[in-house]
Amino acid sequence: MKPFDYVRPATIAEAVTAAAQPGATYLAAGTNLLDLMKGGVSRPDRLVDVTHLQGLDKIEHLADGALRIGALVRNADLAHDAAFAKAHPAIAEALLSGASAQLRNAATVGGNLLQRTRCAYFYDPTSRCNRREAGSGCDARGGENRLHAVLGWSENCIATHPSDFCVPLVALDAIVEIEGKSGRRELPLDELHRLPGAAPQRETALEPGDLIVAVRLPATARDFAGHARYLKVRERTSYAFAVVSAAAALRIENGKIREARLALGGVAAKPWRARAAEAVLKGAAPEPSAFSEAAQAALTDAKPSGDNAFKIELARRIVVRALTLAAAGTPARIPALPASPFASGALHA
Amino acid sequence: MTHSISLTVNGARRDFQLDDPRVTLLDLLRERLQLTGTKKGCDRGQCGACTILVDGKRINSCLALAISHDGADILTIEGVARGDQLHPVQAAFIAHDGFQCGFCTPGQIMSAIGMMREAQAGDDPERIRECMSGNLCRCGAYAGIVDAVLEVQTSEANQRRSA
Amino acid sequence: MPEISLTSAPAHIRHGSNIGQPLTRRDGVLKVKGQAAYAADHHPPGMLFAVIAVSSIARGRVAALDVAAAKGHKGVVDVMTSKHRPELAIDPDIKTNPFVFRMEVLQSDEIRYANQPIAVVIAETLEAATEGAALLAPRYDALAPRVGLDAGETFAPPVVGVGNPAEVQHGDIDAGLAAAAKRIEATYETPPQYHNAMEPHAIVASWDGDTLSIDTPSQAMVMARARVAELFGLVPEKIRICSPFLGGGFGSKGFLTGPQILGVMAAKLVGKPVKLVLRREQMYGPVGHRAPTRQRLRMGIDAEGRFTAIDHHAKTVSSSYDDFYEPAADASHTLYASPAIRSSHEAARVDTGTPLFMRAPGEATGSIALESAIDEMALACGMDPLAFRLTNYAEVEPTTGKPFSSKALRACYEQGAARFGWAKRPLAPRQMRDDSGLLVGWGMGTATFPALMFQAEARAAIRRDGTGVMEIGAHDMGQGAWTALAQIAADGLGLDVDRVEFRSGTSDLPDGGIAGGSAHTATAGNAIHNAGAAVIARLADLATRDERSPLFGAGNAGVVARDGKLFRRDDESRGESYADILARAGLAEIDARGTGAPNPTAQTDYAMHAHGAVFAEVKVDSELGQIRVSRMVGAFAAGRIINPHLVRSQLLGGMIWGLSFALHEEAITDRRTGRIMNADLGEYHIPVNADVPPMDVLTVEEHDPHVNALGIKGVGEIGITGSAGAVANAVWHATGVRVRRFPIRIEELLTPL
Repeated sequence: MKPFDYVRPATIAEAVTAAAQPGATYLAAGTNLLDLMKGGVSRPDRLVDVTHLQGLDKIEHLADGALRIGALVRNADLAHDAAFAKAHPAIAEALLSGASAQLRNAATVGGNLLQRTRCAYFYDPTSRCNRREAGSGCDARGGENRLHAVLGWSENCIATHPSDFCVPLVALDAIVEIEGKSGRRELPLDELHRLPGAAPQRETALEPGDLIVAVRLPATARDFAGHARYLKVRERTSYAFAVVSAAAALRIENGKIREARLALGGVAAKPWRARAAEAVLKGAAPEPSAFSEAAQAALTDAKPSGDNAFKIELARRIVVRALTLAAAGTPARIPALPASPFASGALHA
Repeated sequence: MTHSISLTVNGARRDFQLDDPRVTLLDLLRERLQLTGTKKGCDRGQCGACTILVDGKRINSCLALAISHDGADILTIEGVARGDQLHPVQAAFIAHDGFQCGFCTPGQIMSAIGMMREAQAGDDPERIRECMSGNLCRCGAYAGIVDAVLEVQTSEANQRRSA
Repeated sequence: MPEISLTSAPAHIRHGSNIGQPLTRRDGVLKVKGQAAYAADHHPPGMLFAVIAVSSIARGRVAALDVAAAKGHKGVVDVMTSKHRPELAIDPDIKTNPFVFRMEVLQSDEIRYANQPIAVVIAETLEAATEGAALLAPRYDALAPRVGLDAGETFAPPVVGVGNPAEVQHGDIDAGLAAAAKRIEATYETPPQYHNAMEPHAIVASWDGDTLSIDTPSQAMVMARARVAELFGLVPEKIRICSPFLGGGFGSKGFLTGPQILGVMAAKLVGKPVKLVLRREQMYGPVGHRAPTRQRLRMGIDAEGRFTAIDHHAKTVSSSYDDFYEPAADASHTLYASPAIRSSHEAARVDTGTPLFMRAPGEATGSIALESAIDEMALACGMDPLAFRLTNYAEVEPTTGKPFSSKALRACYEQGAARFGWAKRPLAPRQMRDDSGLLVGWGMGTATFPALMFQAEARAAIRRDGTGVMEIGAHDMGQGAWTALAQIAADGLGLDVDRVEFRSGTSDLPDGGIAGGSAHTATAGNAIHNAGAAVIARLADLATRDERSPLFGAGNAGVVARDGKLFRRDDESRGESYADILARAGLAEIDARGTGAPNPTAQTDYAMHAHGAVFAEVKVDSELGQIRVSRMVGAFAAGRIINPHLVRSQLLGGMIWGLSFALHEEAITDRRTGRIMNADLGEYHIPVNADVPPMDVLTVEEHDPHVNALGIKGVGEIGITGSAGAVANAVWHATGVRVRRFPIRIEELLTPL
């Protein structure tokens, strides 16, 4: 690990100033950053430790019905907050299906949003990677890319975003609150992460010094609480990143889907909101034919970036299953194996 | 540049000068405080051997900078027993053979203690298995680990009921 | 005097005496308190930290290292390279005996595989050494690497495994196949796998003049000491290796590896104690692995379902610079009766670290292919897989015609099948679903592993206070040597286990041999047993020759030792305590040595194997390609069980390795560079707790008078055999999809809806 200056700002303003310098980066729990630093992937000159900032670790119910989650709320604390889990069950389920209990105890909400891809070539500083080093090339293309992107990728980068948490968040129109050099602004989560295009090194819409201070869920997000699920296919029952995942949330009235939300994980460089599929579902009866049509719509633009054509078909099937599960109703309690098809009753709910 | 750090480790306050901000909690414990019960299996948050409790919660100490945890209350495997009196989880690990080589064991035990405090699994073996999945065991002692945790969970639940 | 000696076990539970009792681990308290000191837990005064820099190419040369940058980093003391290192007494590439493997210890700038050590940075802190290694920023002259089973030229290896012939033929394969009523031919592939013991290879080395003290995990301390001695030109007695606890071995700590020698060299270079611990990713190269295989099985059966031929051919790879050939096809030698059996091997050389022994080498890879093929053959003739196996039950070892020293496999089949409920299994696949609609499948596999013996020696003593001492440089890598061997020692000395001081885990004790081949308990145990018998004989000699002893003159009748006393065999009212005998003789202690070794006559006359039957149930979500093992039953017959508590754990662990083999483990090598892209524990998947279902282990009573005096066969490796195939066969039974490439992946089960 390269030596770095350690700065512990007392205020958000101090933090923003300290982190706006070239070579500086924010440190929250460090569950991803320290891993990257140990691997030589990230070599910051300065760490701006925000974990001691006051007031960023609260879950607040706002007057307009929105829920504001402080960026320093720990993933486990959020998932285990009973009121939160009741209002936003798919988000809680996604949180609990990520990483391990130890990592969830440490990892923060803001940090989860900003975790980097798990592409092995990104993680290996001796491989060429446009995301890590602009213009160096992409060794994942033509390499071991069975788990890489099938949506939104470019010739320059085929990495995926690894977060589970972000998938239902993006489905439910989460807003990211940011403090930066020019003050506070906000951004739909869907606009936080960028697709690689010609500049994969620009992973997010954040500018130097920008600090995510909160994630906000609009009041409408809880309208889906009765029919919301997260489903994740992985290569171990637990403690593994998604091969593909999906968050499905439905508002069902009088036997019809009034509104649908759908997002996919593990398929693109960002949590993938499937708006075309949502449009298909709107007004339809919650039945297999509609789910199947939605799945086709969600993956219309998908194409393999390597040895990963199976992920397209898998993603379609996960969409159908997640919608089926959501339509059947949110379970009263998060299953023993969160987001797993082996959670009891997860197949034909 | 040195940084003054104060930690409570296994109940005792430790003040010291940290000459390098790169030191993780794990390496601080193992290489500077000679508390080697906490193990390094991967150093990347992928095995759980380094699990300790920080302010009562289980975390991977390999992915935690010591300097960032100034003021924290830390419990390691060395602080779990009261002298010769083993913690119930420790005794249950022996009784149920919840280990073979023993290298992952301090992390498993700290994780189990942390898990019980989280109170999410209860006495459901499926939930215990899931909640203990952040601790790899290459010897494959998982059955004994689950049995050990179940025994302690059950006996504590019984004690609560009779209290 | 070793600092590790266990005189009592504060927390053990005992129901009677010694051998056969389910004692809890005598090292259990140390382990649950974090007090068991593994190699990397040592910190001698003045110790420095060494960190290895490894190659990122798989073939070529190191062209340049930025040593100045590394040395310029605060805290860095020295940088050891091929140009700046202590001289070794011999070339590390000279194979002085067949158990010496070539290693990379900076003898040149040549690169043989990715992750090969190319420099060592020594610093005052771990942080400085780690960053120093990163600053070396190597440049290379790279050559195109040879990667995968199809690289390079194929050749017939001279031998496979440990001196096994590469080809064994019994009967006429072609005639057998030609005469068959039904035939199958199928090809299976197994991937490279890495041991990944939870404890990374570590060494703390301290030189004091020409004596050397080493803390390092070893499955064979005396062999390791000999290797250090020859490399550094020392007499072995000047070297002390301390290895009381291994954080897992599985074969990867059987031979001293390059990084461990580099730790010794670094300590010599800087003149201070040095600690060197491999980073997890650095364990994917210099410390051995299980080679990939491609195995073709051809089988024929007659109209009654009896084999006419089994032809098992395996392709594997070794490194470019040394020889170890995974003896996968040998798995077909012993299990099933057939008038014609052939095993054959071919190999290629690739740019990888040398593959080595990994838990059940040959048996594990061969078993999953063989047991899958058996399943396919049973299907082809419409027979239940268990009935098919029973039809082809080998009453004698088929390739040699030797009788088995013991073989309770039928009982394993019966008891395992009964416990599992196998009789209710529908013959056809895709017939069973659970309440939630998941496909359910049942599969089985036969387990087998040879009952081996190596060489070991032990020293036993009885002290004037009536307590005993047993000394042996044995190895506990989790199998429970501290406990099981102490139980044997106690019985050998006629004492309660709490009255025996069991000393172990250092190289200055009598040579405990190798903890490998599932032979350690048998080999060390018999040495202990014989040492105990020898010291009791000496004690008896003292007493029976002494007129003052109640045992005087009992020489012909003989004496028995029990509870710290000797008794006349023909009159147990006449006896005397050990303490009294020694006191009268004026001796503080009496001692004797014993050895454990294979019995050559028995080896010639009998085939010696442990056996078992494993049954697995899987649930498959076929729409999503997800598999989960939901239960397993293993029934094993492995001779005498010294400690059922520990044996159960060993067998469970093996079964989990089998599950892992079938569904999880695989090192992914980049085809272009020869680099392993999942060299960690995040993406190289070993099962987590949630992957492991309830498992039942049955041990079937088996008395074997031939394997050794104690009747021990060993249980360390057999659990993985049979289990991998059982899981794979269950996946087929659930889905109807036969996957022949392991581990079974999601996409292979994403069948059309």
